[in-house]
Amino acid sequence: MRIWGWLLDLDRRWIFLGIALAVVIPIVTKYTLPQGKPAPPTVAVYNYIEALKPGEVVMIAFDYSPSSMPELHPQALAVVRHLLQHKLRVVSVSLNIQGTSLGRDLLSQVGGELGAVDGVDYVHLGFKPGGSQVILGMGESIAQVYPTAADGRPIADLPVMEGVKTYDDVSLLIDFAAGNLPFAWIAFAGERYNQKIAAGITAVMATDLYPYLQSGQLVGLINGLKGAADYEALLGIEPSEAPGMLGMSSQSIAHLLIVVLVIAGNIAYFASGRHRRRGRS
Amino acid sequence: MGVSIEIIGVWVAALMTLAIFSFLYADNPVYKLAEHLFVGISAGYGVVITWHEAVIPLLIDPLFRPENVDLAEPNYLVIIPGLLGLMMFSRFIPRYDWLSRWPIAFVMGLYSGLAIPASVQTYLLPQLHATMLPIWPGVEVDAWTALSNFLLVVGVLCTLAYFYFSREHAGAFGVASKIGIFFLMVAFGASFGNTVMARVSLLIGRVQFLYDDWWLPLVAAPISRWFGG
Amino acid sequence: MRLQIPLLITFLAGVFMAVQFFVPHDLGVTAYTELLNWGRIIGAFALVLGIHSLLRTHLEKIRRRRHDWPYSMVAIVSFVFMVVIGIGFGSDPGSAFDWLFNYVQVPLDATMFALLAFFIASAAFRTFRARSTEATLLLVAAIVVMLGRVPGSLLVLFGQTGVGEWLHSTMPDVSEWIMNFPSVAAKRGIIFGVALGSIATALRIMLGIERSHLGGGGGGE
Repeated sequence: MRIWGWLLDLDRRWIFLGIALAVVIPIVTKYTLPQGKPAPPTVAVYNYIEALKPGEVVMIAFDYSPSSMPELHPQALAVVRHLLQHKLRVVSVSLNIQGTSLGRDLLSQVGGELGAVDGVDYVHLGFKPGGSQVILGMGESIAQVYPTAADGRPIADLPVMEGVKTYDDVSLLIDFAAGNLPFAWIAFAGERYNQKIAAGITAVMATDLYPYLQSGQLVGLINGLKGAADYEALLGIEPSEAPGMLGMSSQSIAHLLIVVLVIAGNIAYFASGRHRRRGRS
Repeated sequence: MGVSIEIIGVWVAALMTLAIFSFLYADNPVYKLAEHLFVGISAGYGVVITWHEAVIPLLIDPLFRPENVDLAEPNYLVIIPGLLGLMMFSRFIPRYDWLSRWPIAFVMGLYSGLAIPASVQTYLLPQLHATMLPIWPGVEVDAWTALSNFLLVVGVLCTLAYFYFSREHAGAFGVASKIGIFFLMVAFGASFGNTVMARVSLLIGRVQFLYDDWWLPLVAAPISRWFGG
Repeated sequence: MRLQIPLLITFLAGVFMAVQFFVPHDLGVTAYTELLNWGRIIGAFALVLGIHSLLRTHLEKIRRRRHDWPYSMVAIVSFVFMVVIGIGFGSDPGSAFDWLFNYVQVPLDATMFALLAFFIASAAFRTFRARSTEATLLLVAAIVVMLGRVPGSLLVLFGQTGVGEWLHSTMPDVSEWIMNFPSVAAKRGIIFGVALGSIATALRIMLGIERSHLGGGGGGE
């Protein structure tokens, strides 16, 4: 059975080519696939926000860098759109040094589209280093940690910050993150100051955060690009306008290819008899 | 003018993207160039942001421009962390490098002090509480949920058994730790599945950029105008 | 003294932070916030150490004309350039610094990580083998989660047949169940272990039993 040996020794660049085609072709041909029902943890975030009253404050933490933008940016776009449409006040911070520019641009983009006013309906407070220390500091006084917004305006002058002193005045905190920061938010804002927390995360982190979902320490969880696509579907955004949904066909085909490769690899491995050789060595 | 700067930007970004992808075929000078550019630019970015968002508002403004941070008079207390911070640099002078222990000791103490209550309050108690689940079907849960809960409880106990190294993994304890391994494997499998998803999403993001922001408007459209017009 | 003072600093800072967590008091809170700010200021200085070691590696390469040294030049020049324009001319939207971030750093960073999609696929094909019960469990869980997150792929594989439709509607539930029960069980076992471990480590640091972070000079155990 030479074919199995040939398959196992295939130059990996053929696999690279296969993955490239699996991703590129659906994007170029605008191929769409049904994406199934939204995942329950994503629905939980959506429902929690729906239940808030207009004027309540939601804090967003843009804790991600460009490297995880493809997963987290569509999530944040959908959620911020939901918040502003629902007339909630949006206050954003960044504990990731690179997240601050991403958050600032995202807020002004969505704010602009929906006619929301910077300083009245939303504000970006910017980056502070220190991680958990910043989180704890805001539990005592947001104004002490952030005397000014990212662009230098004193927050005391901003209508959006009126009556927002500590976490007690924040109805929900949503952390979009690609690292360990959700754990810090849970520990220092959630457990210490009873802040309700939801998270939008990269799929890599999902298995680490599900225990906190099950324990109720997170009110909901948006997981990866699929989570973004689910949220867009919940908002009723047109698939052609939704960055998350647009990516899901490529995602589906690429997953399928990888599963097929794994199964083919196993068949070839056992059929070629290499598992016996390996056992002896 | 603004438009053309953006267009140049998209071209630069596209070429950077392609330069990194060229590594898939083989390592090459273009990839190496892009890689080193990346190292320099991101380190520089970190320094600039820390300067503007930490050094200025936390140290320089409170001392020299208190009005910028809503203070009536300078906050001289920040000299202490400023000095502690400078003591970090004693690492560069071997004779005095012991001075750098002070700031490190301070930060370690800060975090250790935070870690103890945080571990108890965030991890131990709530997670323990969340494991006390109804495992008998009745009014609270249906049979399937009860079974799933039972599995969760068994899984937690067996995983703990696997990580308990102070006792030989033999007999009933050995069986429990073996079951623990099975649970761990399922969790690792789920992690792997999610990791694949994450990596593919990142690739999709790059391809969407190349196709929608660069290829269609900046390459395909001018070409078709050229031939069509 | 070179060791005693740092140990005392650690102990006092640690005890204050731990106690403050449980006894909220106005004066305590003010001192506490101030201490947290101090930590952030020291953190900013620590960044310089990291940058220094990065620069040293590259400067060394250039000085000794090691293999590929011109690339180290690129790293150094781009670093200095970024710092000069960022601190000298500001980092606001529309600045040169902002342009470099958006059009150089963002694509480079994102593409570096996108490469992993290719390598993970190739690695899965080569090394993911159902050699034992454990490996098979891992493999099956991975496949269910991979397909369950994108149920549309099952319609591609099986078409709009009964099997395809059934898998399309069931697989997401199965994948969510794996995430919610067996996976949570194992992760929670790990969480308990890590939490107990970090409490023990924190206590050892505060009490001065663990001192390896204080570096040489007889600091370690």
